[in-house]
Amino acid sequence: MTIEVTPELFASVPDQNGRFGRFGGKFVAETLMSALADLEQLYARLEDDAVFQREFDEDLAHYVGRPSPLYEASRLSDAIGGARILLKREDLNHTGAHKVNNTIGQALLAKYMGKKRVIAETGAGQHGVASATVAARLGLECHVFMGEEDIRRQALNVYRMKLLGARVVSVTSGSRTLKDAMNEAMRDWVTNVDDTFYIIGTVAGPHPYPMLVRDFQSVIGREARAQSLAQCGKLPDALVACVGGGSNAIGLFHPFLKDEGVAMYGVEAGGKGLETGEHAAPLSVGSPGVLHGNRTYLMQDDDGQILETHSVSAGLDYPGVGPEHAWLKDIGRVQYVAANDDEALAAFHRLTRIEGIMPALETAHAMAHTEKLAASMSPEQHIVVNLSGRGDKDILTVAALDGIEV
Amino acid sequence: MSRLSQVFADLQSGKRKALIPYVVAGDPSPEGTVSLLHSLVDAGADIVELGVPFSDPMSEGAVIQKGHERALANGMSLQRVLGMVAEFRKDNDRTPIVMMGYANPIERFGYETFAAASADVGVDGLITVDLPPEEVDAIDGALKAVGLDNIFLISPTTPEPRVQKIVERARGFIYYVAVRGVTGSGQLDTDEVARSVSLIREKTQLPIAVGFGIKDAASASAVAASADAVVVGSALIAEMEQKAHSAESLEEIQIHGAAVQLLQSIRAGVDSSPS
Repeated sequence: MTIEVTPELFASVPDQNGRFGRFGGKFVAETLMSALADLEQLYARLEDDAVFQREFDEDLAHYVGRPSPLYEASRLSDAIGGARILLKREDLNHTGAHKVNNTIGQALLAKYMGKKRVIAETGAGQHGVASATVAARLGLECHVFMGEEDIRRQALNVYRMKLLGARVVSVTSGSRTLKDAMNEAMRDWVTNVDDTFYIIGTVAGPHPYPMLVRDFQSVIGREARAQSLAQCGKLPDALVACVGGGSNAIGLFHPFLKDEGVAMYGVEAGGKGLETGEHAAPLSVGSPGVLHGNRTYLMQDDDGQILETHSVSAGLDYPGVGPEHAWLKDIGRVQYVAANDDEALAAFHRLTRIEGIMPALETAHAMAHTEKLAASMSPEQHIVVNLSGRGDKDILTVAALDGIEV
Repeated sequence: MSRLSQVFADLQSGKRKALIPYVVAGDPSPEGTVSLLHSLVDAGADIVELGVPFSDPMSEGAVIQKGHERALANGMSLQRVLGMVAEFRKDNDRTPIVMMGYANPIERFGYETFAAASADVGVDGLITVDLPPEEVDAIDGALKAVGLDNIFLISPTTPEPRVQKIVERARGFIYYVAVRGVTGSGQLDTDEVARSVSLIREKTQLPIAVGFGIKDAASASAVAASADAVVVGSALIAEMEQKAHSAESLEEIQIHGAAVQLLQSIRAGVDSSPS
């Protein structure tokens, strides 16, 4: 790529067609085009609307509990040697993950549009829980689409959603995971487009979703930037976040993109190893294509059929990735790497035992890469990791993998 | 004159409406698809819509989704779909074939390669569900260059100014999606269909086909009162599925027979339409 990377470049995407370079766009059926146009217009109006922004900020402060701390994991740093490791504690948010930042924002949009019904797709269940939570708070009807396979491995979150009053719809088509849940949510939306708001959980989907989810999640990076300056006296030397669809990663990265000295690493799910084909790492080994409303890197076969993915973490088990990540890869601003299931599991245990913080399995992928990275850096340097979610939901999975019956 | 224009011209002079069955290439079996297409033509199809299987058919209801899944399990690919069209053309050079599918398999194949290969085997038009006018430039140029029609969808949610934009780009015919929803779903509101069709007709000379939600002779007849063509898909596939499950070890021709029978009755419905 011969694009000159300037600070202005990052503010220029997406363009008015929702493009991040050759990625993004609006690849959806005609029936949804006017709903997307309505959303785009509303968001263009509210983006700089003081009343809307104040409402959003107040919800983040008093309902979510922001700002989330930037915690220095000194014992982990000491154990590894090398760079200081600081954790952006999104796991301490209400509902236990970064997902709620976005659902608060989108639920406000639904309210402004007068929609009475919201739908969401979910993989690990965190976005489903965050959607069910805001729906309960606003008195909206909520339907969450979830793959049959994920319902099985995330039973606790399924019950949480039901307690919150949401209807969890089991998706039995295709691979029965996040990708199929998103297909089904799109099908519901196209059927009920007049009264339904689709709360997409990640920075994927058709324009304007990748943009507005990024904007809502960017609070993570804005806080981390200020906290890093206050606590360490300088910007971080590196940022690390896990990437499924990529919302927690873009939320952390985006406010730092123009800071040249800050290296960034997005960690995909390496599954059983990139060489086995059983993984969920489209940026590492995929190719560009069109899925779920946007052009991005995908895991696909030679005929353009989307491949089934594998990851120990349901939230990363997705064959695509947000289009802005695809673009950031192409221009070389962010490096995308992968961590395997067993590396993530080891990192899960290490953080739990050394710091008393149990990360989500998704987040554990970011920790696995952080350990390697920190070891290669000096003690004067520091890394900020997005600790995107807490691991309570995963303890049964971890127990099963460790061969323990709970 | 293209096959599509010829068919619509002939129908207009005979004051008949077109009937367009949709089946998924490779479902129920790749070996049977070409003979199924011939049978559908014999049963009264004027144009055939051939679904290109995709792993993530986002606009399809459960019935057609399963058709896509079966076809892929049968090893279908876009290359093989093109092979089926070539095979069909050996015995039929008159009935237009419109391919209907999703962007990714075509993008992967390469837009220009695909357009050239399609023209070569005798495809007449293409409907790509997830390529609205905003995203269609790349493939549209390639199709135009080889004389293939790019067929656009208009839906009940398409605002009037946008209808104008779409018809200006459209070739072959307009496909009006009769219901808000996926294929095979929803309750057909024939009054709304008639209103929308006449609105679209004010803006274009192109024939207007109506699909989604037409399942029998009665609904086909009602739609044919305003539309130039009636598309039926899910109902045919559901009929074949039911037949396949009704008895052990059926010959595939018996399964096809279920679709043929339904199409014949829909043909009668279309022909008895009050228009």
